Amino acid sequence: MSVVTEQGTPGSSSGSPLAQWFSDGWIATRRNLIKIKRVPDILVFTILQPIMFVLLFSQVYAGAMAIDNYTSFLMAGIFAQTVIFGSTYSGSAMAQDLKEGIIDRFRTLPMSTSAVLIGRTNGDLMINGISMLIMMGTGWLVGWRVTTSFWGLLGGISLLLLFAYAFSWVMALLGMSVRSPEVINNASFMILFPLTFISNAFVPLHTLPTVLRNIAEWNPVSALVQSARVLFGNTDPSFPPPTSWTLQNPVITIIIGIVLMLLIFVPLCIRKFGSISSR
Amino acid sequence: MAIIEARGLTKIYSAKTGPVHALDGLDLTVPKGTVQGLLGPNGAGKTTAVKVLTTLIKPTDGEASVAGLDVVREAKAVRRSIGVSGQYAAVDENLTGFENLDMVGRLYHLGKKESRRRATELIEMFELTAAQNRPVKGFSGGMRRRIDLAGALVTRPEILFLDEPTTGLDPRSRLGMWDVIKNLVSDGTTVLLTTQYLEEADQLADNIAVIDGGKVIAEGTSDELKARIGGHRIELTIIDAADAGAAREALARHGAGEPRSSGDRRTMEVPVEEGAIALQRVLTDLSEAGVQLHDAGIRRPTLDDVFLKLTGRIAEEDEATNEAELEKTT
Repeated sequence: MSVVTEQGTPGSSSGSPLAQWFSDGWIATRRNLIKIKRVPDILVFTILQPIMFVLLFSQVYAGAMAIDNYTSFLMAGIFAQTVIFGSTYSGSAMAQDLKEGIIDRFRTLPMSTSAVLIGRTNGDLMINGISMLIMMGTGWLVGWRVTTSFWGLLGGISLLLLFAYAFSWVMALLGMSVRSPEVINNASFMILFPLTFISNAFVPLHTLPTVLRNIAEWNPVSALVQSARVLFGNTDPSFPPPTSWTLQNPVITIIIGIVLMLLIFVPLCIRKFGSISSR
Repeated sequence: MAIIEARGLTKIYSAKTGPVHALDGLDLTVPKGTVQGLLGPNGAGKTTAVKVLTTLIKPTDGEASVAGLDVVREAKAVRRSIGVSGQYAAVDENLTGFENLDMVGRLYHLGKKESRRRATELIEMFELTAAQNRPVKGFSGGMRRRIDLAGALVTRPEILFLDEPTTGLDPRSRLGMWDVIKNLVSDGTTVLLTTQYLEEADQLADNIAVIDGGKVIAEGTSDELKARIGGHRIELTIIDAADAGAAREALARHGAGEPRSSGDRRTMEVPVEEGAIALQRVLTDLSEAGVQLHDAGIRRPTLDDVFLKLTGRIAEEDEATNEAELEKTT
């Protein structure tokens, strides 16, 4: 057996640095796409949970809510909650990769420093894209309609997915810092569940007690839900108008939020990745 | 010409109990085409040394070069000339064996065609053809190691770092791994290998550096080190502790040093020069004295002996400062 027959020339068929960067990002993304395909839990969570949420909330709560069309009101909330939870995969997956030692392998390869992170966050984007399609289909079946235009629909979906994509970078940094997939999973549940519930996602804000209403009005999740509602034409004109600036200007708020998250967390993640090592 | 060179490498981690010197002025020179063993117990600094040399962590102080390139300033260039296989098989569980190797090839920028060709070639070399399209999740420990090692060989690197390549493997897989490594070496690859096992360093390394407390405390060929350890020794366990005095006397008479007893005073040992002859004589004496034995035999030098000889301490005592624990605190 002869393992080493000639000295290799890595990078010989590579091309420009930009082409390498794209190639590295794609290879790392492909790894995460294969994982979605092979790990049944992720697929079940991505497909079944959105269906379950849409059906449960629209059918169980609709009667108790003093809203004419609760399903229309609800959908933006379910969209937002689902994609935010979808972003937490980046946290647990980065922690898992560190634990398994594969980050060490990647870091000894002459690949782009950002590629693993780009691949990971793209994986979340894919998961969230699938979830969005499933939710829209299920929502349509139970009576959810977009009353604006195709562009409103596209704008709303883009904002939801982009916000979740930016949030994936926040979670990736947490995953690399905390290093325990279990802690990441439990902590994100403990934090994100209240965060998505103390918002306008499932109930109109004016029905909340004052303290909670104040929190909910400034909660970024509320702004995300509100911007989707506005773009989909799912707002209820009979509700009192929101009092916080963020809810009066939800689309701008969310765009600023996305840009800020990316500007802060992408460089932090890349810097962190450049110095982490398993065990 | 030295292909791996380290001068005064220091790595200080801050732990809750204060700063920990994982590396404390490590010097190392590895000539091209040789196999360098780094021998030491857990926590000696072996893995930290490999991590610095493979660009994974930056040293607090000191300098190191690999293939003439500085590991800090020219990290990316260093990565092109090295292959690394770690203590824990760093493979993606959800990818198949083939996909793992193909991915590594692509990330070395070998191109799509060449990556696939090389992955297939390595799968055949490591006799994993039957399992190549199964996710690594279902692989045995030995198979994972082989895929991990194959990943380090994708570009036929001129320098290979193997961090405890056989720790945790069963004896058969260990022998298989040794064969693979010996083949690599015969092809002229420079290998830096860390191990806790003297026998492994003995089998594979041209030159061995014994590491303790983050620095090299002894260096030489396997034979040179063994000569310093004192070669073989006789170890025996008596049934009745009352015979301890007589047994010690017999060992002292035929041994090449002072006998050493274990805690319960029933197991004792002594270094010897001619193992078989000394054992025969000790046994004759003991049978004449009517000492009943539970066990007796010639023992080959172990890492404990190296450590005892070189540091005056038993190797296990050092395991309290486990490198894994240190890493978590950073």
